[in-house]
Amino acid sequence: MSETAEATAVVKEPKEPLFSSKNKRLLSDPLNDDNPITIQVLGICSALAITVQVKQAVVMSLSVLVVMIGANLIVSWLRNLIPSRVRIIVQLVIVAALVILVDQVLKAYLYDVSKQLSVFVGLIITNCIIMGRLEAFALANKPWPSFLDAVGNAAGYGWILIAVAVVRELFGSGKLYGFQVIPDAFYDFGYFNNGLMILPPMALITVGIIIWVQRSRNTKLIEEN
Amino acid sequence: MDVNKNSYTFTFSAILVIVVGASLAFVAEGLKPLQKENVRLEKMQNILASVKVEATPDEAAAKFEQYIVEQVMLDNDGNVVSPEGLTAFDIDVVKEFKTLDIEKRNYPLFVFEDNGARKYIVPMAGNGLWGPIWGFVAFEGDMNTIYGSTFDHKTETPGLGAEINQPFFQDKFIGKTIFDGSEYVSVEVVKGGADVEGKSHMVDGISGGTITSKGVGEMMQRTLNVYVPYFKGNQKAAL
Repeated sequence: MSETAEATAVVKEPKEPLFSSKNKRLLSDPLNDDNPITIQVLGICSALAITVQVKQAVVMSLSVLVVMIGANLIVSWLRNLIPSRVRIIVQLVIVAALVILVDQVLKAYLYDVSKQLSVFVGLIITNCIIMGRLEAFALANKPWPSFLDAVGNAAGYGWILIAVAVVRELFGSGKLYGFQVIPDAFYDFGYFNNGLMILPPMALITVGIIIWVQRSRNTKLIEEN
Repeated sequence: MDVNKNSYTFTFSAILVIVVGASLAFVAEGLKPLQKENVRLEKMQNILASVKVEATPDEAAAKFEQYIVEQVMLDNDGNVVSPEGLTAFDIDVVKEFKTLDIEKRNYPLFVFEDNGARKYIVPMAGNGLWGPIWGFVAFEGDMNTIYGSTFDHKTETPGLGAEINQPFFQDKFIGKTIFDGSEYVSVEVVKGGADVEGKSHMVDGISGGTITSKGVGEMMQRTLNVYVPYFKGNQKAAL
């Protein structure tokens, strides 16, 4: 037994450690240097639409995380079997199936949240980040790196979404995750919630500010011209 | 294996679609009872909300059982009917409004009782600007004064027509009456910003959401009309 185990071990290529520096970068790059929203400007539509409340943003991020991991893994497993002429359609079918699954599960177990997210769960299908990662990464890489890539990008998408939602919910309704955080005393002194924060344009401006801060801190992101 | 051959492409696509379709059908079928239960509990919550009884989804069924003492069905002429295999709660007024001719619809009425005081809850459905709107209006025991209401919508404009599901709009109906003397006049929703002080058959609409607001008024006028004979009959009996 031990002999055969050794023999196969010798035949195998030297295995890359699970968290090699290359793999770690798959996780960390999308959080900052290669963020899907602020750098690649993908997935903006949903970032504008469901960042009014933190709770929605969290559920949306988790849904995208689940769909991305699933889609990246499946496409990566099938990458040598998918006929290249129909690969976009195949990706679409896989993503759509996963999204409907998520939608059905939300409807069954988190009915309130699913009503608030309403059409946006369905729109995960068209979330550019997912198709973008399938096309650019999962089709050419093994499952494990694809998995890390999915987690990294979904996290990069999620943290921006939640950051924007925190700003909008705090200043728009004085709450965080549905709990009031701005004390009533403030309102007695004439403090008002900023109604503009509730509207989609403020999400764009908030994302813009995040991009601004990010670029001023991370100078290698600034294009030369 | 040549993955770019036509036959391979066809086979691959066919298998993929069958596998995906089968698994989705399986999951959807499996989760259906849970989803239906959610919709049912939400309807109970909405009915109770129109008489200002707050209920979480977990309590909804118990509270509904406790407070709703009678469920009545009316036909288009206001006669009490009891079609077989159908209960008032099962009638989906939004669906019937879309699919059934007006004469063929059944009109449910829920009777709520708390400490001996009765309230009458009427479900209704109509059209907003972009899509269906619906709601429940509760009447005091006199079957004339509005005790409370809830409205909701599918696709009205956020911030404008969509505000019909907010308390500030729904509360405006409280205390309004639908009969003027013995004549049925319903409650009219007038263009936003109008002066409705002291007018018991008018409600101020939502500025910028006029068509949706009017839709609410039309929905009440049309639906309540069916209940008039029943209300009048019971008003007399109560006297």
